[in-house]
Amino acid sequence: MSAGVGVNLENLWIRFGDFVAVRDANVNINGGDFFSFLGPSGCGKTTILRAVSGFLEPSEGNVLIGGNNMKGIGPNKRPTALIFQNLALFPLMKVWENITFSMEIKGASAKERRKRADELLDMIALTGQGDKLPAELSGGQKQRVAIARALCAEPDVLLLDEPLSALDLKLRQHMRSELREIQKRVGITFIYITHDQGEALTMSDNVAVMRAGVIDQIGDGKTIYNDPNTAFAASFVGENNVFRGTVKKVIGNEVMVSTNRSGDLMARISSNNVGKMKEGDDAMLFIRPEAFALAPVGTQGDHFVTAQVTKEEFEGNVFNIFMEGEGGKEMKVSLPNLGQSFESHKGEPMTLEYDVHNAVALPAGVLATE
Amino acid sequence: MPRFLREYFNRNGVGLGSVMLGLVLFWTIGLIILPQLSMLDFSFRPNLPPPEIGGPKDLYTLENYKYLIFGPEGGSQDYNAVDLKVFYRTLIAAVLVTLFNLMLCYPIAYYLAQTNGNHIRILALMLIIPYWINEILRAFALRIIFGESGVLNNLLVGAGVFDTPFDFIRNDIALYAGLGYAYILLMIFPIYNVIESLDRNQIEAARDMGASWTRIHRRVVIPYAKPGISSGCTMVFMLSAGALAAPQILGGPSSLWFTQLIYQQFNDNSDWPQGAAYAVVLLVTCILLVLALMRVFKVNMGDIGK
Ligand SMILES: Nc1ncnc2c1ncn2[C@@H]1O[C@H](COP(=O)(O)OP(=O)(O)O)[C@@H](O)[C@H]1O
Ligand SMILES: [Mg+2]
Repeated sequence: MSAGVGVNLENLWIRFGDFVAVRDANVNINGGDFFSFLGPSGCGKTTILRAVSGFLEPSEGNVLIGGNNMKGIGPNKRPTALIFQNLALFPLMKVWENITFSMEIKGASAKERRKRADELLDMIALTGQGDKLPAELSGGQKQRVAIARALCAEPDVLLLDEPLSALDLKLRQHMRSELREIQKRVGITFIYITHDQGEALTMSDNVAVMRAGVIDQIGDGKTIYNDPNTAFAASFVGENNVFRGTVKKVIGNEVMVSTNRSGDLMARISSNNVGKMKEGDDAMLFIRPEAFALAPVGTQGDHFVTAQVTKEEFEGNVFNIFMEGEGGKEMKVSLPNLGQSFESHKGEPMTLEYDVHNAVALPAGVLATE
Repeated sequence: MPRFLREYFNRNGVGLGSVMLGLVLFWTIGLIILPQLSMLDFSFRPNLPPPEIGGPKDLYTLENYKYLIFGPEGGSQDYNAVDLKVFYRTLIAAVLVTLFNLMLCYPIAYYLAQTNGNHIRILALMLIIPYWINEILRAFALRIIFGESGVLNNLLVGAGVFDTPFDFIRNDIALYAGLGYAYILLMIFPIYNVIESLDRNQIEAARDMGASWTRIHRRVVIPYAKPGISSGCTMVFMLSAGALAAPQILGGPSSLWFTQLIYQQFNDNSDWPQGAAYAVVLLVTCILLVLALMRVFKVNMGDIGK
């Protein structure tokens, strides 16, 4: 990407009294990247963003922007612009005044500001709406005004705190691609916070998965999805079927797990755990719903699972099949709709097979839903 | 029945609705409008001994108003210089007290509204508790503080700031302090109320874009707090201009407050019509002044009620 300004977090700790909100975060964000922090609500995402923007001094560690240590530099002196979760537009200023507030601070004339506002309004497809008040705009329009206001300050790094969470689904999906477009056009670094894994995966160059103040994994979307580092990352990003058990045998990069309810199953060890899993370890095996394919009923083997169909859902492009295995083990399977006639299997057993490469074995850990 | 009334009764029921409506009407009409109207009526009548009231001499007249402007008929001066001077001095002083109050209370209100923590509740209590003491006692306490041999003079002379005690009372400083202090809560709370609902993120957003604290207040906080500021200023101004106890107790001997003139007319001169006319003039002028200022600062009547 273009040579934007990078951001580094070095051994960052943030405490509120005894409570540790961020624990030893180390993150290198390349200049010009669209970088997301992804994690459930309350895991410390906003806290990290506030430390980058300067509203919060880290308890320990450093924030570097463009290689410069930001210690002691206030939010008004940092080359960042923050888009707040609730946007925080100024309700009593007209849209164009909102957008050019940063220029007003620098002493630009009303004429210059008006001109720049019109340019930015064109960019966010709100031409001619500069004289409205924020309250007269729709949710998506306000969203775009907040982006324009932040971009007007010409920051090196744009920080976005769940900016789409207030929008309805359709608008959210539209704004995703719009944000990505804008980021490509302006070429600056975007740091984006979200609890929505779909957002993180579709927009970002790189994603950091967070859990309770700890960063579990940093990588591009494909890596995070296909090769999770921890049980939490595997269960939080996308849907996954979990099989608990113990390691029976390690064969190179693969492992045989003796699962509690579904027999012995083979899986690939996630790459950061290769060499770390031993016989007898508690393990979790993750298989995505779409990684399964139908097999002849009753086939046995270390990459076959048989279970009872309890519910079927037709979603257009896929059939979702919910199954219950031995001992109440629940599973979800998604089969692509290839025009095959799909008759109800409800109440019948079904056997599925998977490619061992698509099953990931990890040391047992906390799951996202727990 | 108009729609809003029907909705009102639907919401509250006929019984409770009638009682509440009755009380509000009694309050506004019986306790406010009627007495004021009778004052207005008084102000246009001559001051007659009781037997002549309602008699042939009891005709509407502008005498009482003329008196404020021109003084007694056949008097030595063209204008009633003394009373007029007291009148405009009172208004100016009330404006000054209001401004001083605003400058003092805005930071307090902002601090109370935008800071979290238990100490805020304690601070608010410390502001409120002194108001449990009645007005007269508070005024006398200030007199003790500001008196010739009062606490303040002892401190200042002791510290060598003044050689001889400074007469805070004759210089009206005690009066302004007393008036200012009497109404700070009425200034703080409306402003506090509004600022409390201001989204902190707006302040942070402005700060993030590089705004200084002065600009944040000028462009973000004050415009937002305007309804509270107007409401506080209106109350403080009206009440200062109409105050009686503080000027009686804390005012210098040579500087009268206009309300003291009104009081003298009613009480010492037993000239109710004259007193009523003075009171009406004060009230109307204050209202006009407030309305004019509201127009200048683009404040709506509805905002004041916020
Ligand atoms: N100023 C603060 N004082 C005390 N605790 C805080 C403060 N700010 C955030 N926290 C706590 O830190 C944790 C992380 O908060 P936050 O960063 O806002 O989460 P997220 O944005 O991921 O939802 C939460 O448990 C929250 O209660
Ligand atoms: Mg948050």
